[in-house]
Amino acid sequence: MKRFTALGAPRIGLIDFPGSNCDRDCNDAFERHFGIKLIPVWHTEHTLPQVDAVLLPGGFSYGDYLRSGALAAHSPIMGAVKSFVSKGGAALGICNGFQILTESHLLPGALLRNRGRRFICKFVNLAAGSGNSVYQKQLGQRALRLPIAHGEGRYYIEGEGLRRLHDQGQVAFRYADAKGQANDESNPNGAVDNIAGIVSENGRVMGLMPHPERATDRLLGGSVDGLAVLDTFLSSFM
Amino acid sequence: MSSPDYPSCSDYEVIVRLKPEVLDPEARAIQETLTRIGFAGVKGLQVSKRYVLSIEDQVANAAGHAEQIAREYLANPVSETFQIRKL
Repeated sequence: MKRFTALGAPRIGLIDFPGSNCDRDCNDAFERHFGIKLIPVWHTEHTLPQVDAVLLPGGFSYGDYLRSGALAAHSPIMGAVKSFVSKGGAALGICNGFQILTESHLLPGALLRNRGRRFICKFVNLAAGSGNSVYQKQLGQRALRLPIAHGEGRYYIEGEGLRRLHDQGQVAFRYADAKGQANDESNPNGAVDNIAGIVSENGRVMGLMPHPERATDRLLGGSVDGLAVLDTFLSSFM
Repeated sequence: MSSPDYPSCSDYEVIVRLKPEVLDPEARAIQETLTRIGFAGVKGLQVSKRYVLSIEDQVANAAGHAEQIAREYLANPVSETFQIRKL
């Protein structure tokens, strides 16, 4: 795992919206485990500071009004994020951050209300999909255990888009059982094909519903698999 | 007809709902509850969101403007459809 000194650390912009509530957890995880202090960027900004990557944290941006992530997707800073990504910039969206990435059309599909109607807060097992992104290459051979916490995490995309995701190797994570098998029993929210996270065509934009930043300390639930995901995010642009 | 709230505007109603092929757990919950509490014969139930846009009459092509707002903002084309009409 990478560990940086203040001088050599990558610059990661942490995009903060009103209602973001995992920003401090993200900062804590990156600072304590990787030596990276994230650079907070408020949603009203029109430009990004000099950054190597951006991170969109979880929460309930703008109270989830209209649709989860929809208002945030139209906030001033997202124009700069889109421009950054269109030039090959790396981005990681966690939970609400994933919803914002889909609403911004930086990732395909949509995240809808959970099949079982309830807000779900629990650990799940994930299996990495097959593809050429750094996420699949670095994490493909290991089972991951990460917590989810969402009411609207049911990934949806119509048939043609789903085929394209699979064909292009963009399915990064699928909800699975303890043996790594993706099946209906291991699907917590009714996501199409158990999809928990996807990457963009160039593999540099990653969105996932589980919270890697919440699985970085053995004291909090036992799993530290989130560290591997965050480490891989760093590999996506370093 | 002018908007009842804004005399210099016309009202456009936009109704957004999930595409028929997309599961709507909220609609299903309501329908199941109706059956459970004794309202028989409810074969289907849709939940939608209704927006009313009051658009200034001086805006050129106000109907097209309203439709653009619905298409690009109020509805998510991945999972939703919308209907629009002038009130």
